[in-house]
Amino acid sequence: MSHQTLSTILFLVFVAVTLGITFWASRNTKDATDYYAGGRSFSGAQNGLAIGGDYMSAASFLGIAGIIALSGYDGFLYSIGFLVAWLIALLLVAELMRNSGKFTMADVLAFRMSPRPVRTAAGVSTITVSIFYLLAQMVGAGALVGLLLGVTSPTGKALTIVGVGVLMIVYVVVGGMKGTTWVQIVKAVLLMGGATLITLLVLGHYGFNLSALLGDAAAKSGKADQFLIPGLKYGTEAQGLAGKIDLISLGLALVLGTAGLPHILIRFYTVPTAREARKSVLWGIGIIGVFYLLTLVLGFGAAALVGGKAILAQDKAGNTAAPMLAEAIGNAIFGSVGGTILLAVIAAVAFATILAVVAGLTLASSSSFAHDMYAHVFKRGNVTDKEEILVARISAFVIGAVAIGLGILAQGQNVAFLVALAFAVAASGNLPAILYSLFWKRFNTVGAVSAIYGGLGSALFLVIFSPVMSGTATSLIPDANFAWFPLSNPGIVSIPLGFLAGYIGTRLSKEYNAAKYAEIEVRSLTGVGAEKATEH
Amino acid sequence: MTIAFFTWYLLYVVLSGFARDFMAIKVLGNINVALVLGLLQFVSTFGIAWAYSRFAERKLDPLADEIRHEVEGKI
Repeated sequence: MSHQTLSTILFLVFVAVTLGITFWASRNTKDATDYYAGGRSFSGAQNGLAIGGDYMSAASFLGIAGIIALSGYDGFLYSIGFLVAWLIALLLVAELMRNSGKFTMADVLAFRMSPRPVRTAAGVSTITVSIFYLLAQMVGAGALVGLLLGVTSPTGKALTIVGVGVLMIVYVVVGGMKGTTWVQIVKAVLLMGGATLITLLVLGHYGFNLSALLGDAAAKSGKADQFLIPGLKYGTEAQGLAGKIDLISLGLALVLGTAGLPHILIRFYTVPTAREARKSVLWGIGIIGVFYLLTLVLGFGAAALVGGKAILAQDKAGNTAAPMLAEAIGNAIFGSVGGTILLAVIAAVAFATILAVVAGLTLASSSSFAHDMYAHVFKRGNVTDKEEILVARISAFVIGAVAIGLGILAQGQNVAFLVALAFAVAASGNLPAILYSLFWKRFNTVGAVSAIYGGLGSALFLVIFSPVMSGTATSLIPDANFAWFPLSNPGIVSIPLGFLAGYIGTRLSKEYNAAKYAEIEVRSLTGVGAEKATEH
Repeated sequence: MTIAFFTWYLLYVVLSGFARDFMAIKVLGNINVALVLGLLQFVSTFGIAWAYSRFAERKLDPLADEIRHEVEGKI
């Protein structure tokens, strides 16, 4: 049996199991709290696994392993940024949001502001970030299937994107938060299992001598010791000072973006109390941390056992490094049957990863539309649960369809920047508003709206005029050059701008509600009046 | 605490960009300063998370519970 067939079979098993779970979950989904927050019934550990599942996307798994395999140490910077970011969520955001909100980030922001403008802004920001993230995953799915299943025609890839999109829509529309959370949990277990297995095999191959593995990787890369230090890909000497500042900008976007990602924030509401929200983040940090340590071995292992040349031949961006490593180590230890099986397993896990993440993104963005825009802005709160859930389901369908369409159109584009952009937008547009809301007494409606639109707008504006959009061979529009902004990640400029916009906006308005601030302070810190889990 | 870990993280990023000779120094076999610092970021993250969880359980939770019971008792 070829690895493609085995891969497909394993993936279909995953789909069957998770569809079963989704339909089971739908029978327990009765009201808005069930649909948006899974009845707040998940334990800290379960939610922590789900957070891990939501967060460890194909970009983490395949992308980071690929960057390390091709460019050495630089990929590790992503891992570190992605992990350290969780401390912001843990120390500043998770519990406080759980205590002061219901389902979405906008609930917290709208607490002491005039709700309609703030919810609109938050809704716009949520959908923008989610669409960028979704687009990256969908195009990734199209590219992945080509590499792993041998589907190379544009039609074939388009059909794959449609397939992934349809499944994702089913998970969200049928299962709501309960269903998608269980899908995340299953996927997280599979991903950790698969990655751990390959890591142990690779380390075992080198006698658990990390130094030997690194030496082999460096030697095979042709760059010797340069491979083991930062500088081969980001902030290279050739890029000069601008390149190094770009590196810092990327680092900032990664570490500050996580706590502003809508599909992560929404996960703080699926547990009964703020304490469980804290536990989820702690579990998440443990799982995600271990995972990124594994990717270090996966990346360098691929560099050593497969080699940069072979990886580049398969995919210029290095996305196949991890599956190729699985095959190589399987061959080395178990012969070619082993190689085939391991490759199939890792490929199936990669597909499962993409599917789970896009489901989470679609749920977050459609929930935000239904809860923030429809229920509160359009209908001013005059909706029944049934109506709100119906709108959420319809918008999930629409957003899913849009993601499918855009994913097909954007085929072949360099999508790594889309994820980094999503992080930059989340860090610039969402985080300032969240932090000011929770910690700054003077903050008001004008400030909130300014912070969100200011951060969102400046990030988008700067990216449009950056080398990502035009001016280089790998830009979105390679033939034109209007890139006067030298950095490919706007973070170092747009994040401070977001904070500044929030500050200026606040001071320009006389609105000042000290009593409301006192209330949110007490609620967020103590849990008074927090939304409770539903009893069924 | 937030400022501390954030500064440490930024220091690490800046060193990665500007102090490559320092990062290249080998410590144990092929394991160099860059890797050690990177791994230390993991250690510090786990450490801070663990320390916070203990601090919260010992100090913050009892206080929060007390206030909450008081407030919800009155409502």
